[in-house]
Amino acid sequence: MLDLINDFSPGLFFMQALILIILIALMRKFAWRPILDALNTREEGIANALASAEQAKVEMAQLEASNQAAAQEARAQRDEMIKEAREIKEKMIADAAGQAQEKADKIIAQAQDAIAAEKKAALADIKSQVAVLSVDIAEKVTRKELSEKDAQHALIEQLLAEANI
Amino acid sequence: MFRAYLKTAFIALIFIASATAQAQDQIGDYAYDTAIISDGGKINTKPEIDSYIDHHLKDSHDFHLFSYTNDAGERKHVGFPLPVIVWSTDGPKFFMSSEFHHDDDAQVLVNKGEATFTKLHSKIYELEGGATSINFDEEHHPTNAHRVFDMSITKSVFGLILIGAFMLLVFGGLAKQYKTKTIATGFGRVLEPLVIYVRDEIAKPNIGEQKYRKFMGYLLTVFFLIWIGNLLGLTPFGFNITGQIAVTVCLALFTFFIVQFSANKDYWMHIFWMPGVPVLMKIALIPIELIGLFTKPFSLLVRLFANITAGHVVVMGLIALMITLKEQFGVVGSTGLSLFLTLFLSVIELLVAFLQAFIFTMLSALFIGMAVAEHDHAEHAGAAEDDIDEVRERFV
Repeated sequence: MLDLINDFSPGLFFMQALILIILIALMRKFAWRPILDALNTREEGIANALASAEQAKVEMAQLEASNQAAAQEARAQRDEMIKEAREIKEKMIADAAGQAQEKADKIIAQAQDAIAAEKKAALADIKSQVAVLSVDIAEKVTRKELSEKDAQHALIEQLLAEANI
Repeated sequence: MFRAYLKTAFIALIFIASATAQAQDQIGDYAYDTAIISDGGKINTKPEIDSYIDHHLKDSHDFHLFSYTNDAGERKHVGFPLPVIVWSTDGPKFFMSSEFHHDDDAQVLVNKGEATFTKLHSKIYELEGGATSINFDEEHHPTNAHRVFDMSITKSVFGLILIGAFMLLVFGGLAKQYKTKTIATGFGRVLEPLVIYVRDEIAKPNIGEQKYRKFMGYLLTVFFLIWIGNLLGLTPFGFNITGQIAVTVCLALFTFFIVQFSANKDYWMHIFWMPGVPVLMKIALIPIELIGLFTKPFSLLVRLFANITAGHVVVMGLIALMITLKEQFGVVGSTGLSLFLTLFLSVIELLVAFLQAFIFTMLSALFIGMAVAEHDHAEHAGAAEDDIDEVRERFV
């Protein structure tokens, strides 16, 4: 212990203290401060980058979800439109068919009317021709017997009217 | 980080291996005491080796690399002198250590103005009252000379300046790198994790996330200064910086003052008026806490000093085995044994070099943390104690 105290050199102690103080001051200014600052900045940068990556991931997920929703909506809209179109088509077909039927019915009715009128006219014509013919025939038949010509004619007329073909 | 260190240690091991061989050459040649110069300055006996080791552990005033005996049988020392700066009764004196001519036994006197200096066991003495030679008492203490305030650039101071310059260079370089890029390249890639290690493993857990920043300058500087100093001690240049008691005292005192000056009210409260205990206990605890105030830095300085000194003594002793065991095992046997054991211990010393730097910084951070901690009083009482135990457990 005494040796140790004897070995203690105040000069060396003084020099060591001097060197240490100067060294700490210089190292702080030229080395430790810039190094620690740079390390801190870098670590903060890394932390920020990680956080923003996480944020981006969340945003990405949100975007995807909204995309999906939009696609779903579009699909539904499309289905709706198709359905509507089909309905319109069917309605149009149905309408067209109805109108055609109506027109056809009208045409048929007109035709039938015309036919009936023609038939009537034809019958009347025939009637009159038959009457004339009959009279002619009868006249020819009974040319010589003209006594009861008028009475006979009236009878025929009457009979014809009753007959009313 | 630890694996990286082991890797570094392995590379350094190869370096040490070659260095050890070199050191073994040196030890056989170096002479310090006039008593052992007889054998051409070679150190071949147990007392010579002990005195050599003892000398190595002390600071020296010149930078000695190696010695050899030339063809004419003269001892030649290769190295360079370092400047001596002393404060004598005649004011400050500057001269080069070469003026002592490698003398370490008060044989050579150097006259500077009114003052006369001589060097004895690595210490510079000033002769009193115009004495022309030095006188000793029975215990070989000089009677007519006194020690001077010696601010010389000794080997340790030289080493400290070297480490400081190295640190400024490499860490300044790393700092400069960050100006242009965010990720360091080259050697900076090795340094960056070390800085992060000190910040995340030493400063933050002990001082706390909010307050650690203020103390980083001190903790980082001390960590690297001690670590590089310890590693330099393992090189064949023979530095023994962290094994100088003055250096460790200075480091511990810095921690002590930083702790006292940054301490908050709670810290002083816990020393002088421990909350949560009866009044009598409070009074009884004051001296205990006061002693604790000083034992903390004392344990710091002794731990570092003792570990490094022990490491140096054991490594040098093992190197010396090749001489001390030569008779029992023969030249090859003793050299082989010495080489193997020295290699083995050098690896452990590499680990110790890091560990001591780590522990010193760690405990400094812990003491600072205790001084600046904001605590709820209830559960605090045993917390600090636990921390120290934990740290101890981890390393013992």
